[in-house]
Amino acid sequence: MNVAVCVKQIPDPVEPYTLDASTNTLVRDGKLVLDDSDSYGVEMALQLVEASGGGDVILISMAPNNETSGLRTALAMGAASAVLVSDPVLKGSDALGTAKVLAAAVRTLDPAPELVLTATESTDGYTGTTPVQLAELLGWPSVTFAKHVEVAGGIVKVQRQTEAGYDEVTSPLPAVVSVTAGVVEPRYPSFKGIMAARSKPVSEHTVASLGLNPGEVGFGGARQEVVSVQAAEARSSGEIVVDEGDAHERVAAFLDQLKVL
Amino acid sequence: MDSIWVLAEQSDGSPLGIVLELLTAARSLAGGGAVEAFTWGAGAAGTARVLGEYGATKVYDAGDIGDSLPGPRVAAAIAQRMAVGGAPAAILVPTTYDGRDIAGRLSARLDRPVLTNVVGLAAEGAALVTEHAIFGGSQVLRARFTSDGPGIYVVRTKSFAAEPAETAATPEVVAVELPETGATDAAKVGARHVEAQSGPKLDDAPVVVSGGRGLGSAENYAWIVELADLLHGAAGASRAIVDAGWVPYSHQVGQTGKTVKPTVYIAAGISGATQHMVGMKGAKNIIAINKDPDAPIFSIADLGVVGDVSKVLPKLIETIKSRQS
Repeated sequence: MNVAVCVKQIPDPVEPYTLDASTNTLVRDGKLVLDDSDSYGVEMALQLVEASGGGDVILISMAPNNETSGLRTALAMGAASAVLVSDPVLKGSDALGTAKVLAAAVRTLDPAPELVLTATESTDGYTGTTPVQLAELLGWPSVTFAKHVEVAGGIVKVQRQTEAGYDEVTSPLPAVVSVTAGVVEPRYPSFKGIMAARSKPVSEHTVASLGLNPGEVGFGGARQEVVSVQAAEARSSGEIVVDEGDAHERVAAFLDQLKVL
Repeated sequence: MDSIWVLAEQSDGSPLGIVLELLTAARSLAGGGAVEAFTWGAGAAGTARVLGEYGATKVYDAGDIGDSLPGPRVAAAIAQRMAVGGAPAAILVPTTYDGRDIAGRLSARLDRPVLTNVVGLAAEGAALVTEHAIFGGSQVLRARFTSDGPGIYVVRTKSFAAEPAETAATPEVVAVELPETGATDAAKVGARHVEAQSGPKLDDAPVVVSGGRGLGSAENYAWIVELADLLHGAAGASRAIVDAGWVPYSHQVGQTGKTVKPTVYIAAGISGATQHMVGMKGAKNIIAINKDPDAPIFSIADLGVVGDVSKVLPKLIETIKSRQS
């Protein structure tokens, strides 16, 4: 079975994020890393492909600046190859524009993947609609918020998170499945994996080579604009106590005062 | 303004709390325009009375969807209704598992962009302007669509307070067709598992007790659950321990999880990453327990305890138990 995983390379969340003063979009000029949220999809894909007895994990990513460092992390985990759509006109793309690019990239894959995995949302933009928009554009079913995924006999079985617990959902392939974090433990790339990742193929596409109209993506395609960015009302800190064995009494007294005991 | 539609998700014959919040917001935004609800699922028509109390003058009902996931077919029903009877200026969608699915499907189907994680809405002239909490809620970003409607807005819970309309209407219930969507509807729901849950839901609880990495291990999350139970509250979690697989995603508070606005929020062993703070800084009172005196969570805490949660929590639990007995 071949599984494609949509992965996003994002500014390192350890560093504070900033907005471009002229466009009010996130500054992405520095080094980009693999979004942690995507490491679960990569791990899930590797496990599903291993269980199926053959096939490859292929990464699909979109970046305005030819960045591949995040892709190399996922290749080092064991993905076989990557498709990177990189084009300056992608800057400012919204979730739907992104989904159009990803759908076009999925269509370039030969053989076509049976399954496309994604995270539920990215850490930097967190729109959370791209997986389903991608499925609709491909004309595929989708199962979102998967906390357990199995594939057998051309059917994907998913435990889908709900408010009350989870639903067992089955879908024929091909399908798009978004996986929640924490469902599998992403492997650490081995030294051998890191070395091998350097020579794994990353095929690059542009908006034009995918046959997309530049007007559908980027700022123009997003059809939305930032009006303003302002500091939120600040919340100040109150009393700080250092625990010397009796801080629980202070907490209990505070809860008492708030009448929740 | 033209009409505003609210996607009226229901559970066991009652609209979700956020639906009433969205209807309240729609009333103040619509100006002279109508506020209408779009619902689906077995027994959805029975929710019309409550939807009317909160201002819906018409309820479109796509009916029972059987074992389908709501996304593809409900989006198709909305698109078809728009094609037949005209599109609203805006459609307000709850940030829920199914709400996001429907919004995504509808967006791609109509080729309309979406604005998600909306925490505020204002009518400015003929346009709606959204508010989004960014960078841990330290800044507010305002945005708007630059093209014709309908605008699809996916709104987070607790962004508006729900208030019944001054004059309750008895809405007209309009049955709408639920189109077949072929392959996109091929995913089917089998068994539904309800996990045992005591106490209130995370979104509605007056007290939320959340745990983070500082708990040290998954087993120690039991303190969080026990304290939440004692305070008749709900148990939450930071992204770090959800990512680590200690607790399910449904407990996650923060940017990629739920927004909560309880009377009391207790953050135990949570450092206060921006990801987490954006989901809880609207709490009336915040108590933080963390052994790192420089943890960012202390900057927004009304009471901060610099200490080890594994020492403070068990003693706090015993103290509360002895008071309550």
